[in-house]
Amino acid sequence: MPTKTYDGVEVVVDEQGFFADPAQWREAMAAKIAAQEGVDELTDRHWQVIKFMRHEYDEKGTGPSVRALGKTSGVSVKELYQLFPKGPAKLAAKIAGIPKPRGCI
Amino acid sequence: MPDAIEKVSIIISKGSLEGVYPGLIMANGARAEGIEANLFFTFFGLDVIHKERHDHSNPGLHFATLLGGLPGVSSVMTNYMAHKMDKLDIPPIPEFIEMIADTGAGLYACKASVDLFGLEKNDFIPQVADIITVGEFYEKAAGGQIIFT
Repeated sequence: MPTKTYDGVEVVVDEQGFFADPAQWREAMAAKIAAQEGVDELTDRHWQVIKFMRHEYDEKGTGPSVRALGKTSGVSVKELYQLFPKGPAKLAAKIAGIPKPRGCI
Repeated sequence: MPDAIEKVSIIISKGSLEGVYPGLIMANGARAEGIEANLFFTFFGLDVIHKERHDHSNPGLHFATLLGGLPGVSSVMTNYMAHKMDKLDIPPIPEFIEMIADTGAGLYACKASVDLFGLEKNDFIPQVADIITVGEFYEKAAGGQIIFT
């Protein structure tokens, strides 16, 4: 599997750049991953989503869908797409260091 | 690696459950992948963006020919599916349409069908951006993939 170096640490990722092992993720890595995905600045609102992704992954073993995010993260679907224009569930999962959610919704 | 899809234009022409959901799921899924998406509603597909039908659009399963003759069978099946979809996190159609509009996808009504049914802009939910001609549809679809459902 490919590796990437964020914040001086080498991490294992899949073909699309999602963390293979979420335990390797550190908060300091988030801004680097985000910049690479076209999100130049992580605001408090971005962090609310990122922390929620981590929390959901810890609880359920998978990241939430956009619909679930919109209902439970405290950030609406509309705002989610403003924060992460290239796909909120997918991008936030990548930045939060968890595997890509595989739902169809 | 082949070029990634960057834009899709999805036409929904049927108002039944299996006529509506696939197009909605594909549009929503496109946005979730960061792909630009437009939805075009034509013929009975217009039902899902019609103001009055939108709120209680609950299309049947069209098992009518098989079982629908038996009293209550069709509604039992629809309820069963609705329950199952809810468990799978598939939203009811009205909520799904609103969510898709919130993702930034464009919602359009087909002018020929709108004229045929004697409707106007005011008959549609506010998320509908415009009533457009087939020519305008092709302009909006330019540079992307067209999917007819």
